[in-house]
Amino acid sequence: MIIANNVTKQFGKLKALDNVCTTCNKGECIALIGPNGSGKTTLIKSILGMVVPDSGLITFNNNNILHSWKYREDIGYMPQTGRYPDNMTIGQVLDMMKDIRNKQNNLDDDLIKSFSLQSIFNKRIRTLSGGTRQKVSASLAFLFDPPVLILDEPTAGLDPLASELLKDKIVAEKEKGKLVLITSHILSDLDELVTRVIYMQDGKLIFHKSIEALRRDTGEYKLSKAISRVMQN
Amino acid sequence: MKKIIKHVVTDILRNRIVLIYTLFLLVTSFSIFSLEDNNSKGLLSLLNIILIVVPLVCIIFSTIYMYNSAEFIELLVSQPLKRKSIWLSLFGGLAISLSIAFLIGAGIPVVLYQPNAIGFTMIATGILLSLIFVAIAIFATVYTRDKAKGIGAAIMLWLYFSLLFDGLVLFLLFQFADYPMEKTMIALSALNPIDLSRILILLQLDVSAMMGYTGAVFKDFFGTPAGITFSSLILILWIVLPVWFSARKFNSKDL
Repeated sequence: MIIANNVTKQFGKLKALDNVCTTCNKGECIALIGPNGSGKTTLIKSILGMVVPDSGLITFNNNNILHSWKYREDIGYMPQTGRYPDNMTIGQVLDMMKDIRNKQNNLDDDLIKSFSLQSIFNKRIRTLSGGTRQKVSASLAFLFDPPVLILDEPTAGLDPLASELLKDKIVAEKEKGKLVLITSHILSDLDELVTRVIYMQDGKLIFHKSIEALRRDTGEYKLSKAISRVMQN
Repeated sequence: MKKIIKHVVTDILRNRIVLIYTLFLLVTSFSIFSLEDNNSKGLLSLLNIILIVVPLVCIIFSTIYMYNSAEFIELLVSQPLKRKSIWLSLFGGLAISLSIAFLIGAGIPVVLYQPNAIGFTMIATGILLSLIFVAIAIFATVYTRDKAKGIGAAIMLWLYFSLLFDGLVLFLLFQFADYPMEKTMIALSALNPIDLSRILILLQLDVSAMMGYTGAVFKDFFGTPAGITFSSLILILWIVLPVWFSARKFNSKDL
């Protein structure tokens, strides 16, 4: 579904992405793992077209995404820090997104219900805590039932209950055959979710393999152990 | 695109600054017209205030608004929307709300006290000036990521157009006093939308008779239909160019 070919992006002297090549297919749940500043978010933003790569090619369903926009209808994106217009209420933000996406029916409001956001619909974004903002972001990403979900640190800042609810939702969507891309530093969260792992360092893609292969290669069952083994080498 | 404009306009109208701006214009216009016994003199005083206040409010408000909506823009860019239409809608939203504010604040008093060609020219140039300075503001914000720098640049631009430029022109005039400068002056005035608007309106008032030989040359040029078309075109160019360049820059900007 998503193919990246020799994607390179430089911010000043820093090479945020260095010749990244990868392929992501339907029905996979891919974990993007790497130290801070390894280019995970830049890769995600390049896929979304928020960052324009210096060179290289990204295709979505075999169409080049450069300067195209229609393909984003198929992506639900949950940013690392959800930032919304300060003086809008949660309800207004949701309504605005529905209006912009031009979709009023067939909405997936499971997360809105399970986070019980309805009760705080008229709270202004300015007054929300970080965790509640994350809940709004997560609800928005899933709301339009898109075939691709891109989640940047989805569980950071969520309370244990909300985090479990979100993970259940991710599993349910994966079962439906959607492509899910997750970055996270909380590797224990990823154990039950992911089928494949992409490991990045200093803007380079070090490896992209299935979780079974990773377990076999490192001899560790738990993802956190396996990754720390990789990082030491 | 209409939808984004709608959201931008409602967001701006929720902000009280535009309301205060409208009220300020309304109060000054009415008080000036009721202080002066001669409406034409009143229009002249109002012109001077409008030429200072409208560019200032438009450029500063638009710059701050653009920086404050950085999150909103980021959110929109991750949605299935064309970048160009996001940018044009932001410009459109700002332009519409500030023009409406001007129309209510200055348009109503002018129509009440001076319902003639001069009055309508003034309303038209006021709206054009609003659009021009919104355009310059969004041009400044797309090139500077830092908020403080961007707002500083906006203030400098305003200062340049309303004060420094006149100083420079005056300096040139004195330096080249021995040469015929009238034609050059016409060309120079095209470089500053505020000056161009001032000339356009002044030439329709009686005071233009007091501007001497340069005034006569100006009247010869700007008084003709060709001159009016030329200056309107220049003013429109002042809107189109900044918007076009900033939209092009925004199209490949990293967020």
